[in-house]
Amino acid sequence: MTVVYQKSKGLTDVELHYCPGCHHGIAHKLIAETLEEMNAIDTAVGVCPVGCSVFADKYFSCDMFNAAHGRAPAVATAIKRTHPDQPVFTYQGDGDLASIGAAEIVHAAARGEKITTIFINNAIYGMTGGQMAPTTLIGQKTTTSPLGRTVEQAGMPMRMAEMLSTLDGVAYAERVCLTDIPNLNKAKKAIKKAFQLQMEGAGFTFVEILSTCPTNWGFSPLDANKWLKENMVPYYPLGVVKDVTKEVAK
Amino acid sequence: MAKKELWKGNEAMAEAAIRAGCDAYFGYPITPQSEIPEYMSLHMPQEGRVFLQAESEVATINYLYGAGGSGKRVMTSSSSLGVSLMQEGLSWLSGAEVPCVLLNCMRGGPGLGTIQPGQADYYQMTRGGASGDHHFVCLAPGNMQEAVDMIQESFDIADQYRNPCLIVVDGLIGQMMEPIEWHEVKKRDLPPKTWAADGRKGRAEHNVIKTIFVEPEDDNEFNEHLARKFEEMKKNEVRYEKTQCDDAEIVIVAYGTPARVSLSVVRKLRAQGVKVGLFRPQTIWPYPEEALHEVAAQDSVKRILCVEMSEGQMIDDVRLSVEGQKPIDFYGKAGGVVPTVEEIAEQVEKAVKEAVR
Amino acid sequence: MEAKVTFDVDRCKGCGLCASVCPKQIVALDETVTNRKGYHPAGVTDISKCIACASCAKICPDSIITVEKF
Repeated sequence: MTVVYQKSKGLTDVELHYCPGCHHGIAHKLIAETLEEMNAIDTAVGVCPVGCSVFADKYFSCDMFNAAHGRAPAVATAIKRTHPDQPVFTYQGDGDLASIGAAEIVHAAARGEKITTIFINNAIYGMTGGQMAPTTLIGQKTTTSPLGRTVEQAGMPMRMAEMLSTLDGVAYAERVCLTDIPNLNKAKKAIKKAFQLQMEGAGFTFVEILSTCPTNWGFSPLDANKWLKENMVPYYPLGVVKDVTKEVAK
Repeated sequence: MAKKELWKGNEAMAEAAIRAGCDAYFGYPITPQSEIPEYMSLHMPQEGRVFLQAESEVATINYLYGAGGSGKRVMTSSSSLGVSLMQEGLSWLSGAEVPCVLLNCMRGGPGLGTIQPGQADYYQMTRGGASGDHHFVCLAPGNMQEAVDMIQESFDIADQYRNPCLIVVDGLIGQMMEPIEWHEVKKRDLPPKTWAADGRKGRAEHNVIKTIFVEPEDDNEFNEHLARKFEEMKKNEVRYEKTQCDDAEIVIVAYGTPARVSLSVVRKLRAQGVKVGLFRPQTIWPYPEEALHEVAAQDSVKRILCVEMSEGQMIDDVRLSVEGQKPIDFYGKAGGVVPTVEEIAEQVEKAVKEAVR
Repeated sequence: MEAKVTFDVDRCKGCGLCASVCPKQIVALDETVTNRKGYHPAGVTDISKCIACASCAKICPDSIITVEKF
């Protein structure tokens, strides 16, 4: 009897509090599997955000920090600079990274901090009950854009992978999603590459994971997947946005 | 007589601000007050006013500085740790004499803490976490009716003194539902905002909103001016309510939700013949020092019991007011836990026993 | 090849993602059963058709599925 798949040791035994079908659980396990495969559970340090995944420290087996809203990149910067041989990552949502933490992520990326940021983009603020995020799409209804987001009121949504990639310090940035197995496999590869490049000292690595929030979008998990594919992917294109290793090879 | 309407605290407080003529609301979602920006996001544009969800609380307080400094009635709301991010901005607003209204819907702390009600921001609201000599009138409603009345007054208070007016409620008041009436709130006689930097439009001098001084003597003079203003605030804005204090042996001092719980304690114990009263500050700055001092001076009063949803912050002001006249006991519940009638009653009974010894 | 798929039934949230990715369409929510959380838990309807690809296990957000093969 061979085990084809079982729960990663990078995850604890604590039951996840996330809603049914929420992509946080899938993203968590891809990171956990990566750390396990790198033999890094014992050396990695992760920093969780304020958002639904504020409780991520309960689910990852490695050492974890909670950071103030948006400040994870600053916290991670200091951990990595004082522990340069260990993998350090931040796990952040769209409020944490693109709103209140916009300055921190820009500076960590600009300085080329050797950390990996996993950015969960679900176009909404989940934990506080469904308010608009910087990544909310035009026309999307949220509790603070009750008639639908407009350009006049809130500007266009922010494409963080592209924006950060303009900075020289960014070694690798890819956007992925988790709606089906082929995309999940690509996401896992991206996360693995991001951590590998971090450990090679290439610079700041960034994986943006388009994710669903079934509860606050008002969809079933499967309908939420459909909405993501039909609405988010056209605006937030999937694929590699920046890869310095390819550029060097060129 | 005004009609009673059933409202949720946060939504009622938002509506109160709109009725008070709030021109602009800026804020960031944070539990337990997110319903306020949500309500504002729908209703402010409907009223032709400005709403914007800020990128952070740091940005929020600077939006207030901009809108307030250019003469508009502006408000924000947040909770505990979000208010902490606004401290620098509050110092600026005070230093530039810019009015605004800031509502703190307090939760358990420190740090992220809990989302349940707390009162451990007393120091933050009355002493301030920001630099420089500054004070803010801080209204402390005890229930939803008071909250909607006080919010409607708060804009006038802010404008009269050209200073932020703070309102402090605990998360329970924000989240509860109860009937309220929309009163005609007394308006103050306010001069036009000729100081605002809203475009010269032919004005002889340009207006500048700033806090910087090059010469220390100038800053000193300005601070003396502010000190005189703060004395005016102290003279005019104290509010408190006494319940059955006249013959009380034990006086509970509490504000906000613990005061409401203490009202039940007073009723319950008075029915059993215990001479207990409640002194409830309705402003925590300026603190009703004189009034509490007088109550403590009463011959009937044996002990004071300070009750807070914290490990003891208002207790400092209670001690300052009582000035050693009578012994003070403290009962606190922190982290988002609301004390019960039974728990506070037990403390009163302990105090009664102590008093007899 | 014989496959064995185990579901930690009481941790299942009935999200249906596993059912949506099974290439053999043999994973479904059992609407005749409610687990401890009140959801209809997922399960395999015909294990003889299972190819042990573990797609269900990979996508499960709560990591409640274990796949083994003989």
